[in-house]
Amino acid sequence: MHDLTPLTALGSGAPQTDTIGPVTISENPDSALVSVAARLGQEAACARVLAAILGVPAPDVAQFVQGATLGAFWTAQHCWMVDGPDDPQAGLSARLKAELGDMASVTDQSVGWVRFDLQGDGLGVLFERLCNLDMARMPTGSARRSVIEHLGCFVLHRDGGYTVYGPRSSAQSLHHALVTAARSVF
Amino acid sequence: MNRLSTGGQIDRAKTFRFTFDGVPYDGHPGDTLASALLANGVRLMGRSFKYHRPRGVLTAGSEEPNALVQLRNGGRQEPNTRATTAELFNGLTAVSQNAWPSLKFDALAINDRLSNFLTAGFYYKTFMWPAAFWEKLYEPIIRRAAGLGSITTEPDPDSYDKGFLHCDLLIIGAGPAGLAAALTAGRAGARVILADEDFRMGGRLNAETHALGEQSGADWAAAIVAELASMPNIRLLTRTTILGAFDHGIYGAVERVADHLPEPAPGKPRQILWRIYSKAAVLCAGAIERPIAFANNDRPGIMMAGALRTYVNRWAVTPAQTVAVFTNNDDGHRTARDLLARGLDVAAIIDTRADAPACDGAQVMAGAQVIDSAGRLGLKSVTVRQADGREHQLKLGALGMSGGWNPNVALSSHQRGRPQWNDEIAAFLPGADLPQGMQVAGAAAGRFSTQAALASGADAAMQVLSDMGKTGHAPDLPMAEDGKTRITPFWHVGGTKARAWLDFQNDVTVKDVTLAHQEGFRSVEHLKRYTTLGMATDQGKTANMGGLAVMAELTGQSIAQTGTTMFRPPYTPVAMGALAGRSVGRDFRPFRLTPSHKWAVEQGATFVEVGMWLRAQWFPQPGESDWRQSVDREVRATRSSVGVCDVTTLGKIDVQGRDAAAFLNRIYCNGFAKLAVGRVRYGLMLREDGIAMDDGTAARLADDHFVVTTTTANAVAVFRHMEFARQCLWPDMDVQLISTTEAWAQFAVAGPNSRALLQKIVDPEFDLSNDGFPFMACGEITVCGGCPARLFRISFSGELAFEIAVPTRYGDALIRRLMAAGHEFGVTPYGTEALGVMRIEKGHAAGNELNGQTTALNLGMGRMVSDKKDSIGAVLSRREGLQDEKGLRLVGFMPRNPQDRVIAGAHLLETGAELRAANDLGYVTSACYSPTLNSYIAIGFLKAGDARLGDVLRAASPLTGHDTEVTVVSPHFIDPEGERLRA
Amino acid sequence: MIINHPLLGPCDAQEFTYLGDARLIERPDGMADGAAAAFFDYAYLRENPAGEHRELWFHEQGDRSWLVVTRNTLTHDIISVELARDVARRQGRSA
Repeated sequence: MHDLTPLTALGSGAPQTDTIGPVTISENPDSALVSVAARLGQEAACARVLAAILGVPAPDVAQFVQGATLGAFWTAQHCWMVDGPDDPQAGLSARLKAELGDMASVTDQSVGWVRFDLQGDGLGVLFERLCNLDMARMPTGSARRSVIEHLGCFVLHRDGGYTVYGPRSSAQSLHHALVTAARSVF
Repeated sequence: MNRLSTGGQIDRAKTFRFTFDGVPYDGHPGDTLASALLANGVRLMGRSFKYHRPRGVLTAGSEEPNALVQLRNGGRQEPNTRATTAELFNGLTAVSQNAWPSLKFDALAINDRLSNFLTAGFYYKTFMWPAAFWEKLYEPIIRRAAGLGSITTEPDPDSYDKGFLHCDLLIIGAGPAGLAAALTAGRAGARVILADEDFRMGGRLNAETHALGEQSGADWAAAIVAELASMPNIRLLTRTTILGAFDHGIYGAVERVADHLPEPAPGKPRQILWRIYSKAAVLCAGAIERPIAFANNDRPGIMMAGALRTYVNRWAVTPAQTVAVFTNNDDGHRTARDLLARGLDVAAIIDTRADAPACDGAQVMAGAQVIDSAGRLGLKSVTVRQADGREHQLKLGALGMSGGWNPNVALSSHQRGRPQWNDEIAAFLPGADLPQGMQVAGAAAGRFSTQAALASGADAAMQVLSDMGKTGHAPDLPMAEDGKTRITPFWHVGGTKARAWLDFQNDVTVKDVTLAHQEGFRSVEHLKRYTTLGMATDQGKTANMGGLAVMAELTGQSIAQTGTTMFRPPYTPVAMGALAGRSVGRDFRPFRLTPSHKWAVEQGATFVEVGMWLRAQWFPQPGESDWRQSVDREVRATRSSVGVCDVTTLGKIDVQGRDAAAFLNRIYCNGFAKLAVGRVRYGLMLREDGIAMDDGTAARLADDHFVVTTTTANAVAVFRHMEFARQCLWPDMDVQLISTTEAWAQFAVAGPNSRALLQKIVDPEFDLSNDGFPFMACGEITVCGGCPARLFRISFSGELAFEIAVPTRYGDALIRRLMAAGHEFGVTPYGTEALGVMRIEKGHAAGNELNGQTTALNLGMGRMVSDKKDSIGAVLSRREGLQDEKGLRLVGFMPRNPQDRVIAGAHLLETGAELRAANDLGYVTSACYSPTLNSYIAIGFLKAGDARLGDVLRAASPLTGHDTEVTVVSPHFIDPEGERLRA
Repeated sequence: MIINHPLLGPCDAQEFTYLGDARLIERPDGMADGAAAAFFDYAYLRENPAGEHRELWFHEQGDRSWLVVTRNTLTHDIISVELARDVARRQGRSA
């Protein structure tokens, strides 16, 4: 095991949590994120294997699914992101690569993104100030890419909360947007 | 006191204190600044824009042209606020504008005496000559004289927010039509947004006395609003102006969340700019009453008749005890009746119609006209010419004018919809070409009676429900007045030489329109621009119609033939703060931080913005007072031992798939099909027109896996371009793309000791020797005992160099480890300046050279463009015009005196040639001081440059004054054979 | 404007980047005879209709798909929206 100490996207050793009114905004640095793009002609096979890995069918357009340990969301036609705890042995991307073989192009995106988990009541009202997604039309299991604070972000509606994935290098700007909007609303 | 003893929708139990021009006054919750000032007997509220005429309030709404005041002070000072919409709060301070030394005695009122010289077009005529006077003399004078309020120079202490809302139906205006529409759609379960600019919903229902069923209009409105507020599918937005109708059902809105408070609660915004996505909209914006132009019709105390009764009914305020009404329609009589009912003295109803109806309690002067008024700072009397020609003076303190009502068509024309003239109501109605999804109801659609407004609102909502496939039920609407509009158009009182105002805000009179006509500015668009009619911040809501009518009369055309101008967003002025939202100060736009940012801050680095990135520019050391000292040291240290630079900002694109190599072979002009796994190649990307687009490297990690780098600036554009090629040009290539720029922290480790340094970091099983890992090798490795990493042996500096990448989260740890491990070599961090110096010394092209005008040939890379394959831009790069043998070539320049600075942007000329475009031989693109050569150096493009090595030229910059003699040299100042990087 | 994305439904045009005429899909073969003339037409000749126009939009802040949007340039009415990849294949482009 190597001895390099990781920093979170917000630039410290420990993740940051902000509670504002009824809402908690937590940086989540521990989740792995891996993109899976089906190879040409392998779309159906790739979706099948992905379903087997997840334990639930691969998500359809604008959907997020949560399996026993791993979740996945649709990002583009025949493309998904898989998120969940990192595989302690090989790493999640290596595991997916091994199982998907030549069916898909697999790219580790774990540290390309900052993940914020949002929980609490009134999140729909909060997102009104952040992005143009119609949260009333985003039931649990929805996933969309949208623009927050000029940044391309993924917004996932999970059971019991939302996850926002944003570009890691702009983690502070995204965090500022989330926290300022929350203070403005609550 | 002009406050009536009873009535009004104000909370008399509570008192607000406020000041106007330093004088303290009292008002009540529910008041506007205008109603509170009138209640305190203040009629004079401002001075006009051009003539500095004393002015009072003209209207009771957002169409107000006169009563513009400056609100608050310090950083919250807000000019040009309409007193008619400023909601009163305790402690409000307001001052008048455009008056000096005081509102009652304004020195520039002299302009009023000079009005003969200040007519339409006077700017164009008067300030013509001499031209040099314009900037220095005329403009400052005009600006000072014709100013509105003044802005604060302090930062705004408040925050503003932005947001997005979605609905099935947006209802604009919460008067009778809007409320009926909301009730209908809301009860059927549609998602409705009901927005009103007022702080109290109800529209004219709050201003009228007639009943709806058993209730007063205001009570009915309040009951409906309460029902709507209980529905989860309805969102009520009070204090919210829909400012524009945009494409496909998108509307802009400003919600004034805290303008009615002394200051916003901590962290809360003052205003929110909403972007509303609607499937349908009903415009229920009501109607705006128009004045009648007569001599001196602009004195404080003369106002719209509808506004007069609004002040009396809604705010229990009258500007004076004795009033009169000047009207051409029946609605003016309603004002008189309401005022009589509140015990006011109505001196007369002056009705221009010969067949004017009678009125209980007031004298009706049928067929009469008001021909003049008197009272310098406030109305004292009006002169009436009766039908028989006799003139008669009436002493009074207020006059209500009613020239009829204009449907408020503004938002209906934001998508170029042309209003249509309607003879029956003598006004323009919204045209048929409405914004997509919009219907119009109520007075805005010319349905002036309350009953008709209610019905049309409900009908519009029923239509929306039916379009949505929903069943709705028309609500039981109360019985309400259903009077017919009786109007005989009358626009202005003729036969006078005195000025009669049409546009109060921009001081445009009947005389100005007459002059425009005389001088040939007769089309509505010319009329508008020549006289400035309707060009003030109110967009002529009360003014345009009168101006058009006068022009129609002068040209002998009908108003329909004369036409009308259109309204544009925003409906009312919007504060800059609302448009900026949260994007202020440091958060003006998002920023991107490199993985070593925290460490670089600790080192005291100076940062530079590169796009959104903050990059370390140099790392000053103690004793260094000038940036050049730092940069020179960083360059020397790197070239003599080893330096480290964060290069994470370069774009990185993961390219995978069976056809990845074939794909890159088409994207890059040079060959990639045969690149071996474990090797890196420099690649040049062309645009399809043959011009260089971007450059970078592609590393082949596996048969079906490449990592492509782009320049920092072009990362997004290159990704878009590659997606275009993949999806649109070769849709059946098996290739997948994803950006990994953010995923890897990448550092350049450069200099003769770079290998020795890396050997201390890279795990021992990886061979870094020149044979094991030669120039342009790449590989997936591990560092520091197992951390996954990528290593590339590439060099931008020209030295033996590597780039090493680890997952971003370890970037901070890695830079610290590199510094610690490199201590024995004197490892030196370097910033973007040193990076730039070293690449110029090496003659590498960067953004300055890939400037969107240069070809591979210009860059000295003409032979890279393969003719053995089809690649983007290859065909057009071979065009004759781009293959000119005497065309621009990238070369280097050394000043004859090494300490003479050469400037990027300087142009190249023969020595002795005159500095003009005809003698231009090219230009310098990048220049720096080279600490390696102890001389300034530069690279740039020179005509036939490759044939001119050794020649002496002038490099002259007329912009900076630098003019230097330079010798043309190879752009590769350092190690032209590339021995160092292969060491 | 609202672009009705074939997969994602109505999306704000703000999420897209505009490129231009959808004819850019019809890239000539660079190795064919007469390629220079064909590329000249391809790179420089455009219709500029006042009315219906087929154009390329990139859903940069969405699913990264290129779309062919048929739009009336006078009214901004959007008549149809297709995935550019489908259009390209239909026009006989492959690898």
